Amino acid sequence: MSNNLIDLINITKSFDNQLVLDDLNLSVKENEFVTLLGPSGCGKSTTLGILGGFQQPDKGEVIFGGTNITNLPPNKRALNTVFQKYALFTHMSIAENIAFGLKIKGKSKQYIQDKIKYALKLVNLEGYENRMPNSLSGGQQQRIAIARAIVNEPKVLLLDEPLGALDLKLRQDMQYELIRLKNELGITFIYVTHDQEEALTMSDTIVVMNQGYIQQIGTPEDIYNEPQNAFVADFIGESNILPAIMLQDKLVKILDAKFPCVDTGFGINTPVDVVIRPEDIDLVKPEEGTIQGVVTHLIFKGVHYEMEVMANGHEWLVHSTDLFPVGTKVGIHVDPFDIQIMNKPASEDEEAVIINE
Amino acid sequence: MNKKWLSGPYLFWAISFIIIPLVMILYYGLTTKDGSITFENILQITTNTNVKALVLALLLSIVSTIICLILAYPLAMILNQLDVNQNSFIVLIFILPMWMNFLLRTLAWQTLLEKTGVINSVLTLLHLPTLNIINTPYAIVLGMVYNFLPFMVLPIYNILIKIDPNVINAAKDLGANSFLTFYKVILPLSWPGVISGITMVFVPSLTTFVISDLLGGSKILLIGNVIEQKFTQANNWNAGSGLSLVLMVFILLSMAILSKYDKDGEGLI
Repeated sequence: MSNNLIDLINITKSFDNQLVLDDLNLSVKENEFVTLLGPSGCGKSTTLGILGGFQQPDKGEVIFGGTNITNLPPNKRALNTVFQKYALFTHMSIAENIAFGLKIKGKSKQYIQDKIKYALKLVNLEGYENRMPNSLSGGQQQRIAIARAIVNEPKVLLLDEPLGALDLKLRQDMQYELIRLKNELGITFIYVTHDQEEALTMSDTIVVMNQGYIQQIGTPEDIYNEPQNAFVADFIGESNILPAIMLQDKLVKILDAKFPCVDTGFGINTPVDVVIRPEDIDLVKPEEGTIQGVVTHLIFKGVHYEMEVMANGHEWLVHSTDLFPVGTKVGIHVDPFDIQIMNKPASEDEEAVIINE
Repeated sequence: MNKKWLSGPYLFWAISFIIIPLVMILYYGLTTKDGSITFENILQITTNTNVKALVLALLLSIVSTIICLILAYPLAMILNQLDVNQNSFIVLIFILPMWMNFLLRTLAWQTLLEKTGVINSVLTLLHLPTLNIINTPYAIVLGMVYNFLPFMVLPIYNILIKIDPNVINAAKDLGANSFLTFYKVILPLSWPGVISGITMVFVPSLTTFVISDLLGGSKILLIGNVIEQKFTQANNWNAGSGLSLVLMVFILLSMAILSKYDKDGEGLI
């Protein structure tokens, strides 16, 4: 606990008797890029609001650098927020927007001038001092919002879906900008998004949330390759999620076919869920596959083809750069290490999304 | 795409009931009874009684506007912080009096404030000193504030609800305490609503003659009363029109001053 910059301890929060966060615990280390990822209503923005001081938890503590800041108002916290839809002061010029926090802290004119210059350079908007926010494009306004926050030299920058309102191309550019910014500034970023690709691209650590609970914390690779439950597997990327029986160590029965895998320790004849990523399924000649099926759908996706294969009563989603026309008989082969075994969901909230589909 | 004819009905209305009357006031204001051109009607404003009436009208409407602003701004802020169900109810309470006839409401105040009226009866009953403000400027200000307050609340409220809560959060996030957040962010952003509210209270206050008639007991003359008397009692349309023109200049002047502070025209309804 000592080397963590932020600790959220047993945070519980509800709105109108609806539980938004239930006994949430989360630690953030210094200089980490942490992403809170989940569908809308999962509690990720509320978590950020509690960190920023805009919302008070019903129970629990927020520890920042060793001190309890749970009841500290936002203006007394050493962190800054980049808000959804920018929240710039439209009645002030860009320079005045950026100077807002510094003026309140009573910094000298020269210091403020230098900081404005530095911040605008950092976000690639030099010379925009005298423009008004409304004359800027969405991407530019977003960068001003970031500049306005970072001139205060916060230890932590909170970002609440900052790229949500931007178009795809701009969003991708801004993702790289943010990574660059974080490396240059060397501060902690806590980032909220519902976009899994954004989370995978930028984060050191991803916190997958659903219905007020943390589902999994891990590196992007962990989260993608080894989802701990069906919700995580389903939310991060496309996947085939199937009920299965773990027959013994390293052997799983999926749809009446036996697949060798690498997982151990689930016991004998244990019901489990398996996740197989569509790109991990190899389509081979029927006699070479573990099970056999027929291609039923084919869509060209650019980099790859997306196919659906009907085999053993299940539609398998397959991504492949090789083309198999509709009607082709194929065999399905999966390498043992590409099969991810998960325990059956212990609680309803983990299951919810699968039922919804 | 030629849909200009759609503006026909309104054009007819505007010409008949706005342009022609204005031209006629201009004509009457600048001529004598026999039709020769003169500035005498306009210069009537310089007589002692009329100057007094104009100055008093300006003074009372400025005071009323300030009182309305002081009452309305905090109220609008409170309304803005309530959730939707509560605030639509309170807004309704606020607007409800406006559905009643303006004259009736003012007459009601007359009855309440009279020397032997409801308020004084209660005060006497409680052995408290009586309130003698009927037929004084205080009663007129009370009438103005009572009647025009909703016109101040609504534009301010309307602009406050449009401010993104995250903009206010952003100010706090950047270190501003509640006062600085209000002074540097909320107030400037709500300025157009304030301007609009001031206009909507100040202009009718300046021109009213009904409120001063009923609550001022026709002893206190505002410029509106003077103009009214020129038309009705003295039957001197020329003098009345001349004074109206002067009053119009004052209104245009105040609008021009206000519009300087409302560059985007957001407050205009």
